[in-house]
Amino acid sequence: MSDQELAVTPLNALHRELGGKMVPFAGYDMPVQYPAGILKEHLHTRSAAGLFDVSHMGQAWLISEDGSDPAIAFESLVPADVQSLEPGQQRYSQLLNESGGILDDLMVTRPITDFGSDRLYLVVNAACKDQDLPHIAKSLKGRIRVEPLADRALVALQGPKASDVASRLFGPALATMPFMNQSVIEFDGIDLWISRSGYTGEDGYEISVPNDKAEALARLLLGDPAVEPIGLGARDSLRLEAGLCLYGHDIDTSTSPIEAGLLWSIGKRRREEGGFPGADTIQKQITEGVSRKRVGILPDGRAPAREGTVILGAEDGSEIGHITSGGFGPTLGGPVAMGYVHIDYAKPGTAVFLSVRGKSLPATITKMPFVPPGFYRG
Amino acid sequence: MAERKFSEEHEWVEIDGDTATVGITIHAQEQLGDIVFVDLPEVGAVFNKDDEAGVVESVKAASEVYAPIGGEILEVNDALTDNPALVNEDAEGDGWFFKMKIEDAGELDDLMTESEYNDFIEE
Repeated sequence: MSDQELAVTPLNALHRELGGKMVPFAGYDMPVQYPAGILKEHLHTRSAAGLFDVSHMGQAWLISEDGSDPAIAFESLVPADVQSLEPGQQRYSQLLNESGGILDDLMVTRPITDFGSDRLYLVVNAACKDQDLPHIAKSLKGRIRVEPLADRALVALQGPKASDVASRLFGPALATMPFMNQSVIEFDGIDLWISRSGYTGEDGYEISVPNDKAEALARLLLGDPAVEPIGLGARDSLRLEAGLCLYGHDIDTSTSPIEAGLLWSIGKRRREEGGFPGADTIQKQITEGVSRKRVGILPDGRAPAREGTVILGAEDGSEIGHITSGGFGPTLGGPVAMGYVHIDYAKPGTAVFLSVRGKSLPATITKMPFVPPGFYRG
Repeated sequence: MAERKFSEEHEWVEIDGDTATVGITIHAQEQLGDIVFVDLPEVGAVFNKDDEAGVVESVKAASEVYAPIGGEILEVNDALTDNPALVNEDAEGDGWFFKMKIEDAGELDDLMTESEYNDFIEE
C-alpha cells in the first residue's frame, strides 16, 4: 500500500513531531515506535504511564430502531451477556460466524443514561471495522441502526500511574472508577468518554475524544512527566505479555472462543440459552471439551519464537500445534509466545519443542498472563 | 587502522591480514531497533559468500546475518549471547559478530568502501 492510500488519525502530525517511526497498519499511517524504542516504551508503560493512539479502531453507536433494548438484538451476534450490562458498564466479546469462528473481538458498553437507553457503544478492531459494521447493520436490519463515530478519536492511557495522571487532570472520581466502566467527563468544554480499560494488562483508561480536540488532549496528557508516547510495537509486546489475543493472529474465523480460552467472556445465561451464531458448536465445546487450546509458551532459551513456529511434542517430535504470537517480552526479559496446541499438551508445565530455523528448542507451556495484571480492583 | 568494507546486507567487514571481523552497521541496528537475541555460527563452520551465518532479532522481527565473504568461522563474540543490546550500543565496535578466515581476497573487492556504503544508505 502506498503512503497516499493510508488513512491518518487526528494525531498523525503529533506522532511525526514526536519522532514516531511511521508504518502502515490496518490501512493507517501509525507510529510503530518513537525515538525511545519499543523496549523502553514497553517498560515505561509497566512502570509509569504510556499514551497510545488507538484512533484507528472503529467506534460506533448501535441504536435501537424498534424501541427494544439494543442488547437483545446484539446478543444474536455475540456470546456475551450484554443485556445485564448496567449503564456505564463495559464488556469484552466477539462477533461470531455460523460455525462459531471469531469474526472480530470488541468492547461493548451500555452508555450512561445521559445518552439514552436506546444505544450501545462499540469499539472494534481497525482491520475489521469495514466488515464488522456492515455485518452488524445487515444482520440486525430493522432492529439496530449502526452509526459509526468517525468524528471521534480514541487514546489509551495505560500503566500504574495512569490513575494518578487522569485523576489529577480530570477529577478524583477517575481514581475509584471501577474496572470496565465508562463515564463522561466534561473537561475544558470537551466531552471525554472515559472507560477504565485497555489492552496492556495494566490499569488505565481509554478516552474517546472529538477529532478536533484529540491533539490538545494528547498534548495535555504528554505534559505530565509520568506519561510518554507509546507506539504499536510496545502495544503488541504489552498485550502479548498480558496474554491478550490479537485478532487475525491468535483468534480468527478458524478459532472458537472456547479454543481461544475466552469462555470467561461468555455469560452463564448465554452458555445455557445459546442464541448466538455457532451456539450449537460452542455449547458442545463447553460440555465436551475442545481438541486444541490457546496456551502460553515460554521458550527455555533466549531465542524468540515467532508467529507460525511449529510446536512439537517432547516425546516423539510430532507436530502438536503452532505459535500465533511470539516475540520478546521486555518485562520478562526473555522470549514469550502464545499459540494453539493439541489438548493433551495444553497443561501448564508441559515440556514441548519449538521448531526454530531447523533447530528444536525446548519450551514450556505456561499459564497466562505472563505478568501479573495491574487492573484496578477497587 | 585496519581497512573496513561494507556489504549491501548492512554488514561491516574489518580486514586484518587474512582475518575478517564481521558485524552489522550502525545504520542496520538503528533500523532493527532494540536487539534482544543474536544467533551466532559455530566456530569451525565454513560458509560460502552470502550464506546465512546467523540471525539477529529485535523486539519486532528476526533478520538473517549473511557471510559477506566465504571462509571458516574462527571466533564468535560470545558477549552478545548474554548481552545482545551490545549491538545497539556499539554495532561497529564491541558489538562485532564473528571473525572469519579470508579464503579469497578477491571477494572483498565486491564489497563497498565506507563512502560508497554511506551513499548506498542515502538512496
